[in-house]
Amino acid sequence: MTAEATILMAIGLPVIIALGIVLAGRLSDNLRETVTLVGAAGLAWVVWSLLPALFAGERPGIVLSEPLPGLAIAFRVEPLGMLFAALASGLWIVNSIYSIGYMRGNGEQHQTRFYTCFALALGATMGIAFAANLFTLFLFYELLTLSTYPLVSHKGDAATVRSARVYLGVLLCTSIGLFLPAIIWTYHVAGSGDFTVGGILEGRIAGPDVGLLLALFVFGVGKAAVMPVHRWLPAAMVAPTPVSALLHAVAVVKAGVFTVTKIIVYIFGVDFLFTTPSSAWLVPLAAFTIIAASLVALRQQNLKRLLAYSTVAQLSYVVMAAAVLKPLSEVGAAVHMVAHAFGKITLFFAAGAIYTAAKKTELSQLRGIGRRMPWTMGAFTIGALSMIGVPPTAGFVSKWYILAGSFQAENLLAIFTIIASTALNAAYFLPIIFAAWFAVEENGSKDHGEAPFPVVLALCITALLTLGFFFFNGPVIELETQLVQESLQ
Amino acid sequence: MDITPHLPALQVVVPLLAAPLVLLLRPRGLAWAGATSVAVLSFCIALSMAVDVAQGAHFRYAMGGWEAPYGIELSIGAFSALVLLIVSGAAAFSLLAARHSVDRQIEDERQPLFYAAWLLALAGLAGIAVSADAFNIFVFMEISSLASYVLIAGGPDRRALPSVFKYLIMGTIGATFYLIGIGLVYMMTGTLNLADMEARIGDVTDVKPIMVAAGFITIGLALKAAVFPLHVWLPNAYTHAPHMITVFLAACATKVAIYVLIRFDFFVFQANLPGHHLQFSFFLLPLALLGILVASAVAMFEGNLKRLLATSSVAQIGYIILGASFLTEAGLTASAVHLFNHALAKGGLFLAVACLACHYRDLRLDQLAGAARNMPLTAAAMVVSGFSLIGIPGTAGFISKWLLISAALDEGPYAWVLVAIILASSLMALVYIWRILETLYFRPAMTAPEQPGEAPLPLLGVTLIVALANIGFGLFPQFPLSLSSAAAELLLRHTL
Repeated sequence: MTAEATILMAIGLPVIIALGIVLAGRLSDNLRETVTLVGAAGLAWVVWSLLPALFAGERPGIVLSEPLPGLAIAFRVEPLGMLFAALASGLWIVNSIYSIGYMRGNGEQHQTRFYTCFALALGATMGIAFAANLFTLFLFYELLTLSTYPLVSHKGDAATVRSARVYLGVLLCTSIGLFLPAIIWTYHVAGSGDFTVGGILEGRIAGPDVGLLLALFVFGVGKAAVMPVHRWLPAAMVAPTPVSALLHAVAVVKAGVFTVTKIIVYIFGVDFLFTTPSSAWLVPLAAFTIIAASLVALRQQNLKRLLAYSTVAQLSYVVMAAAVLKPLSEVGAAVHMVAHAFGKITLFFAAGAIYTAAKKTELSQLRGIGRRMPWTMGAFTIGALSMIGVPPTAGFVSKWYILAGSFQAENLLAIFTIIASTALNAAYFLPIIFAAWFAVEENGSKDHGEAPFPVVLALCITALLTLGFFFFNGPVIELETQLVQESLQ
Repeated sequence: MDITPHLPALQVVVPLLAAPLVLLLRPRGLAWAGATSVAVLSFCIALSMAVDVAQGAHFRYAMGGWEAPYGIELSIGAFSALVLLIVSGAAAFSLLAARHSVDRQIEDERQPLFYAAWLLALAGLAGIAVSADAFNIFVFMEISSLASYVLIAGGPDRRALPSVFKYLIMGTIGATFYLIGIGLVYMMTGTLNLADMEARIGDVTDVKPIMVAAGFITIGLALKAAVFPLHVWLPNAYTHAPHMITVFLAACATKVAIYVLIRFDFFVFQANLPGHHLQFSFFLLPLALLGILVASAVAMFEGNLKRLLATSSVAQIGYIILGASFLTEAGLTASAVHLFNHALAKGGLFLAVACLACHYRDLRLDQLAGAARNMPLTAAAMVVSGFSLIGIPGTAGFISKWLLISAALDEGPYAWVLVAIILASSLMALVYIWRILETLYFRPAMTAPEQPGEAPLPLLGVTLIVALANIGFGLFPQFPLSLSSAAAELLLRHTL
């Protein structure tokens, strides 16, 4: 298969899988879940088969259609998008295993709709990852929002629908109200929105306009959850845990920070932004989001809400790293997308496992649960340590690069923020871990063991990935160094 | 014998002559078959002319061999070809889908009358599009209006009668204003042929009556076109009309009036009256913006599905007028292409409504909760057409919105206000379309449908085809776009 066909396959396959799930769902549950698993594996195989070409320095691309001159639906594989696509498609396999255990264990309704929308959301994610220009990216960005709405509102009761409306409302309003004008502005001044090495805006826009356009982009990409457009993320926690795990720790939120990073690197150009003072507000804002979200997380009583605010903070790490505008920090941004994905998906998996086995959702209920669910809490511990950035976990690697980049830029605010937030992360994760392992369980609580096998299997895999990434991160670093070298040339 | 040169005349003559014949087709179903085949034939004629025109042809036809300016002249350039395509396409597709819905809403013995009126409406609208003669336009306008009053009032809904009475009064005022305007121009120039009129206005020394005429014509046509705030007849008329008539009229009726409004003004007046283009722009631009905002806001709170979509039409008409009031090639292109794209989107939406109406008698949103589970394909068509109306990328609606915003960006220092208004109203469109989708998909069912399952195949099939066309013309808009930009160029050169 040529690289062009592979790209189209990566975007089209999830749609085919979704159709297969609908048809199989009419016959039997087992068949439907087989289709999901086989489809997920197939997608990962297709996406990962693009890797060798990319390591060889190729940048395959394809133009699907060009409705208006200069406005094309086109795809192009580059290091950042490749990383994102490989990450999302790989974790979809693990997530599917987990979903099967979770959805069956909790006897959820509308499972066919669930798996169908999940596949469609993955298709939209692939489109975002491989988009060659702003227009294509925007198209799939909106599709991702729409295809995830049924997943967020899955439970269907009044409170859930209200939260899901917040989710949809914030994401659509920011994208149409801010992101789209920014895209139109870009096309208007630059005549194109193609992601180009070194950016396309230098010399075409100057002064305060640069800061304003950057603001439209950063706030318009609501999925990046930079305060104050982060409200949708805690609201989306009403979704079933597999959705929170894959979509709100990997696909959706990463689509947001991926888009911001891609715009900074390929639309503005790192050097251009660095020399433009009006864009300097982004680092303080991201720093504020990190600290504020961590403080809010400190006060949460509900485990999933805590993880949601922790996600808000971690996303701004990526935004801040990208906004520091130094080669090492751009690598750090990309690596943190991966590191945070492994750690956070593990944490969400654990939260869902606890809910499935014990129906517990509040922090106060977790005392002594480590003895009943050692595998789950072991994985949770690894994930939490990765969030804090303790070696030997994935979180350490990315923090290292972000810190190195911040030193390179001599950005004291960024350095201080990373240190402070590490302390805050420790402050809200360590008490949970301590209570789970060493506190004594309250009397009269339900007798339970581990969650169903697929659930435990999935969270052990992601915990291993979190550990493994500390030791085997070479390929990712190599790939993302290409990203930096490209723009230096 | 080559009939190509006669196509402009056939475009009108075929439905006009077929109408009385359809009246005679008493046996059940024959009237429908007759009317449909005529409409399809008329669509083929329009399509073949549009293809020729897109390649640079221009059809001129002297009725009865009497050369202009003495005889009646038909002239088909890019703009007319586009409008003809919309009109005959709307008629052909709605008639193809109509049989089941009309059977339910119109008694058997009245059906031949109904289909005859439908063909008359088609003939009238097509006649307006082909005519290059001011009075001839008036005659066809009356034919189409009278026929559409009959069609709207023809359904079982008694509330249609007061609605249609309002429409009749306002439509007649509009037509009268237009006639007064033409009378004034005729008084000063002594001609009714548009090209001749254009040539002679330059010689008129006292331009005051011409200015008054321009005012009468603009207001009269704006009434017909339902430009805000002259739109009050539209929501009720569309809401209570038989479902398939709503599809047909919503897709093309007001667009033809807009077409005459734009064409008349750019061709006859703007070329000859110094400063008139600014009057035109300053008069219509604020109305368009108000219409876009107010109608979208009202639609957000509307509870009846058909009235919601009808109200949204007023906002969409605002987009078309807005593009024209920029007086630039980009703006006019956006306008013209939005004529086409809105016909696709709104036609698709009203077709889906007609599908729903097969099994749900009450079309208030509350009563349609959970209908997607019963009619998944209909609901999917509603999603696609709805997204096109909002202007989500990948659909036809996006093309026109993108062009309109690009055109607005060239409008100098206040460009951002225009862009903000367009985007704000897109957000409002998102809200009202989403209300429909949420009701259909995510609310628990309140009322059981009269029958389970989808609408009958012809209706459903056409609905799906139109929905897919929204995507098709979103990804490959070259054909309507080439006609539209050719139309914009003609208008700015002040030629027919």
